[in-house]
Amino acid sequence: MKNRKFLILMTVVMALALVLTGCGGKKEEPKKEAPKAAEKLKVAFVYVGPVGDAGWTYAHDQGRKYLESKMPDVQTVFVESVPEGADSERVITQLVEQGAKVVFTTSFGYMDPTINVAKKYPGVTFMHCSGFKTAPNVGTYFGRMYQARYLSGIAAGKQTKSNTIGYVAAFPIPEVVRGINAFTLGVRSVNPQAKVKVIWTNTWYDPAKEKQAAMSLLDAGADVIAQHQDTPGPMQAAQEKGKFGIGYNTDMSKMAPKAVLTSPVWNWGPYYVKVVEGVKNKTWKNEQYWGSMKENVIDLAPFGPMVTDDTKKLIADSKKKIVDGTWDVFWGPVKDQTGAVKIAAGQKMSDADMLGFNWFVEGVDGTIPK
Amino acid sequence: MAMAVKLEKRLNPSAAMNVIVPLVSVLAAFVVGAIFLTLTDRDPLEVYTAMFKGALGSQYGLAETVVKAIPLMLCALGISAAFRMQLWNIGAEGQFYMGAFAASYLPLTYPQLPIWLMLPGMALLGCFGGGLWGLAPAMLRARWKVNEIITTLMFNYVAILWVDFLVYGPWKDPKGFNFPLTAKFPASAALPTFGDSRIHVGLIIAVVLAAVFWVVFEKSRWGFEIKVIGASEQAARYAGMNIRRNIYWVMLLSGAVCGLAGMAEVSGIVGRLQPNLSPGYGYTAIIVAWLSKLHPAAILLVSILFGALQVGGFFVQTMGVPASVAAMLQGAVLFFVVGGEFLTQYRFVSSRKEVA
Repeated sequence: MKNRKFLILMTVVMALALVLTGCGGKKEEPKKEAPKAAEKLKVAFVYVGPVGDAGWTYAHDQGRKYLESKMPDVQTVFVESVPEGADSERVITQLVEQGAKVVFTTSFGYMDPTINVAKKYPGVTFMHCSGFKTAPNVGTYFGRMYQARYLSGIAAGKQTKSNTIGYVAAFPIPEVVRGINAFTLGVRSVNPQAKVKVIWTNTWYDPAKEKQAAMSLLDAGADVIAQHQDTPGPMQAAQEKGKFGIGYNTDMSKMAPKAVLTSPVWNWGPYYVKVVEGVKNKTWKNEQYWGSMKENVIDLAPFGPMVTDDTKKLIADSKKKIVDGTWDVFWGPVKDQTGAVKIAAGQKMSDADMLGFNWFVEGVDGTIPK
Repeated sequence: MAMAVKLEKRLNPSAAMNVIVPLVSVLAAFVVGAIFLTLTDRDPLEVYTAMFKGALGSQYGLAETVVKAIPLMLCALGISAAFRMQLWNIGAEGQFYMGAFAASYLPLTYPQLPIWLMLPGMALLGCFGGGLWGLAPAMLRARWKVNEIITTLMFNYVAILWVDFLVYGPWKDPKGFNFPLTAKFPASAALPTFGDSRIHVGLIIAVVLAAVFWVVFEKSRWGFEIKVIGASEQAARYAGMNIRRNIYWVMLLSGAVCGLAGMAEVSGIVGRLQPNLSPGYGYTAIIVAWLSKLHPAAILLVSILFGALQVGGFFVQTMGVPASVAAMLQGAVLFFVVGGEFLTQYRFVSSRKEVA
């Protein structure tokens, strides 16, 4: 009896093994046949969220598609929803092993893994978005999103009636703090009475939680909601309550047409083309790129119908100064939350200070956990 | 209804069924996955082949599958200790984080310690952190009968937020541009690895622990006690067993092993404390423990299966398969195993037959 059961068991195990190994061997030949792929330059993207997030990852993926459409001799490949822990190093390695010659890693948490893999593959070019570590074959890139956020703040400051603006923010890291500050300065440039109330969600991507955070801000009297999150959840909350919102990452007016005034957006495509062309022409250098409004890496999405011409003109004027380089967001005088002058009149905040931003400007109602 | 179908508990679920049912369940999950893939215009055979190749088909893939399996092995072993006593510790994730936190204390505070002090010290602290995190719900359960499913789950969030607090606050690397990372650990705080792979000594620890668990839970008197308490608390009490004390010990052990998993991850893989340390190892390990029927050797194997599923899942993305497919497969595996489990315990009988 025992023996028979054992036999049954073994049969199943072996059948399973056959199925698996059968799968392993069978399809190998047709794979190697694809000759076109070999000639093309393979460019890989590693994403932290799903490409359909309508936010951060979506914006990068639009850039990837743009790259593919502009450079027919380039083949792109991507891996989405890659956690920032142990997994990313393997995903990057396997992409290189599959022939990728340029790899864009698009989340801060990929910094160490990118550097580690780059050490093993000196012939491959790596570009890490939003970090601060470079190597001979690793550059970093990011955009001065704070410029667009300042401009969107003008729209919010003009729109608010309650003088309370809600800001759904992901994590208290310098990038987000910088954005909140720039936005607040924009708001108060046209409406010195307004306050910007901040809620931390501790997540980049959580549609329900982001929406919930926006709801509680609306309940607390906010009538415009801004966001540093990767989904349109906060905009949908604003629309449901009949209030307004400032999106982020991509034009979010499609998801909440009645609410969205505008959205600060990323426009990665042209930059991706520039980098890949640089690699192809061997002119690429491991720079730390921080693209500005002038270079069009960041922009504002088209305005909603509720934005007045007067507001549009104010924004256009400021934008012109930023693009000209005659003025920028963090030029003094700038006060902190206590009213103390942190950047004196005539002073400009340095890039290093901006990259490590850890204090709020006057007008922000919130705290940075220390 | 003359042909009514009734459920009847099987008196002696057969040993072979215990092995065959999970295997068939896994197979069924892959079949369902194949149907889904076909419906979305992908060749399932091609996708499974790529998954297999990415996860097990090369030396690198295989090594990475093992890397992925190590925290699953340790967490599932930890969970299995509690499950044996029908203590539903679903707090492995939190115990993992607390172990990682406690272990990180040493390299961050005394980075100059020699390796022979550093690594054992970190391991001890890891066990300690995770163990205490298991002990707290145990006390609530033993003293006031507070449901441990709820408390261990809640404790997960507390642990994750605690680590977040540290890396955003007091433990933040002063040279890190205010990013939420601790300083990098010194070389003496890194678990040795095999060759140039990322497989670290945690693998050996897991295998040894599995052997120890088998002896303790299958052969020792204490293991028997745990089993009896799990089967019937009243019978155990009648036999004079100290239930409260055993709840403490089992949860301490369970938490300590999960804590050790956290230590192994920060020391062997990440090299610093950071948010998002675990992509849900503690939860996946529950599936692993369940699928393995709490058997230590099976836990090692099933962990590798799940490691492979995840590694392979990312690998097939380069073919245009979305990330959700691997997650769906894992869900399907659990679904079928739980369903299959039901069939090993019960059988359908028509009521007419029963009368006869």
